[in-house]
Amino acid sequence: MDQLLQQTLSGVATGAIYASLALALVMIYRATESVNFAQGEMAMFSTYIAWTLIQAGVPYWAAFLLTVAISFIGGVLIERIVIRPVETAPILTHVIVFIALLLILNSLAGWIFTYTEKEFPSPFHDKPLFHGMITSQDLGVIGVTLCMLILLFLFFRFTPLGLAMRAAAQNPASAKLAGIRVGWMLAIGWGLAAAVGAVAGIMVAPVTFLDPNMMSGVLLYAFAGALLGGISSPGGAVLGGFIVGVLENLVGTYLIASELKLSAALLLIVITLVVKPSGLFGTILVRRV
Amino acid sequence: MAPLLEVRDLKAYYGPTEALHGIDFGVDEGGITALLGANGAGKTTVLRAVCGMIARSGEIRFAGKRIDGAATESIVRMGVAHAPEGRGTFVNLSVEENLRIGAYVRRERTAVASDIERMYQYFPRLAERRRQQAGTLSGGEQQMLAIARALMLRPRLLVLDEPSFGLGPLVVAHIFEIMGTVRREARVSILLVEQNASLALDLADHAYLLETGKIVIAGTSREFQLDEQVRRSYLGY
Repeated sequence: MDQLLQQTLSGVATGAIYASLALALVMIYRATESVNFAQGEMAMFSTYIAWTLIQAGVPYWAAFLLTVAISFIGGVLIERIVIRPVETAPILTHVIVFIALLLILNSLAGWIFTYTEKEFPSPFHDKPLFHGMITSQDLGVIGVTLCMLILLFLFFRFTPLGLAMRAAAQNPASAKLAGIRVGWMLAIGWGLAAAVGAVAGIMVAPVTFLDPNMMSGVLLYAFAGALLGGISSPGGAVLGGFIVGVLENLVGTYLIASELKLSAALLLIVITLVVKPSGLFGTILVRRV
Repeated sequence: MAPLLEVRDLKAYYGPTEALHGIDFGVDEGGITALLGANGAGKTTVLRAVCGMIARSGEIRFAGKRIDGAATESIVRMGVAHAPEGRGTFVNLSVEENLRIGAYVRRERTAVASDIERMYQYFPRLAERRRQQAGTLSGGEQQMLAIARALMLRPRLLVLDEPSFGLGPLVVAHIFEIMGTVRREARVSILLVEQNASLALDLADHAYLLETGKIVIAGTSREFQLDEQVRRSYLGY
């Protein structure tokens, strides 16, 4: 029983990371209707920026905030420079651009920082808490991601800019008729997604270690979470991320060898797509043709 | 009265196809202009061209300034509110959020809040449904919401595309009554596209009849109403 609870809680901690990245995927998906395959590599690159800052002697939390800010600007720039020119292009073009972005960021990180794994510091020290139920590391990760998710929720729900971003994603033509600069809303959406990804990368790096391929597995789990919750639903994607995190841990502990965990995520993706393609909370996109 | 909107030799294009072949018309400050014509005559296209939603050429002046090269968002920010064909509802947002979107470019918070209350007075049905998702509204309620959302801009020019489309006579009467009120109270000028010619001519002071992308008859509403032949052959009443 103790082990079950322990594994569940540690699953919630990894789930928090998947939930963040799943949310980043959904934010881009709602605006562009395609999945940003480069989301993981963007997060990885952000994590390298944080690592560089910390190596240069910047205190951890200052480096954290600075990295989030830099990633936001980076996300905005990527949208303006790379995505904007293909905005109205067919979906296959988007996919190719996303894959190109993935390869470029991956190679760039390898070229600048080399492919050797680096240790990434954590401010939470890995101490057991509550009779070993949960580690301080896991609790810290859960706390940081929950704070971020709540801030995002408040932003989208209660600020005029958040409302305008939702409107622009939902009905761009009508949003323009309200005077909303839709192009900028998309760019800010990319910035936010990149910032959210940066938090996920910084949180996961102490566990996975830092290397250019660190996010490939994480992105797959996040993708499974987003699909399970519904790729069109931010709340659903967050919940899906948590579910996948817990499932991954429990399945890895009790059912199959942990080397096979990634296949479980793929299986989950296939099952979701077959049984309920819109996910638990998503809506099916109906379009006139 | 000085013209608020002046359009000269307006041409509009869908891809390579020319849909408007050089159109001249205007809306007076505080006036109501109706664009009449059959389906496919190009009425909606005129509205889209004025608001910069499609490729266009020619001269469009709003309050004396050229807007024929401006982006939709900039035209809206100058005070042109457009309730589009299909109503442009944000279906996943609440009724009140739809209204807030309409006032997005305005910064005076208290004035926006009091304008929202004013819209609820104009359209009590919207007040009842303020927390409801706009997609769950009936057609008539969505049309009311579209007009209210446009008015939230405090526009100088209100552009309406077929406000009576698909609605019952009572709802239509209510909507046209509100349009009259708005014009009197808020001094909003209106550019109106309408299939129901008799209704439109009662409200408007000037009218233009379009046929396949050209204006064939222009005049005051009175002239339209008195000309029996025009009424019979073009307006069908």
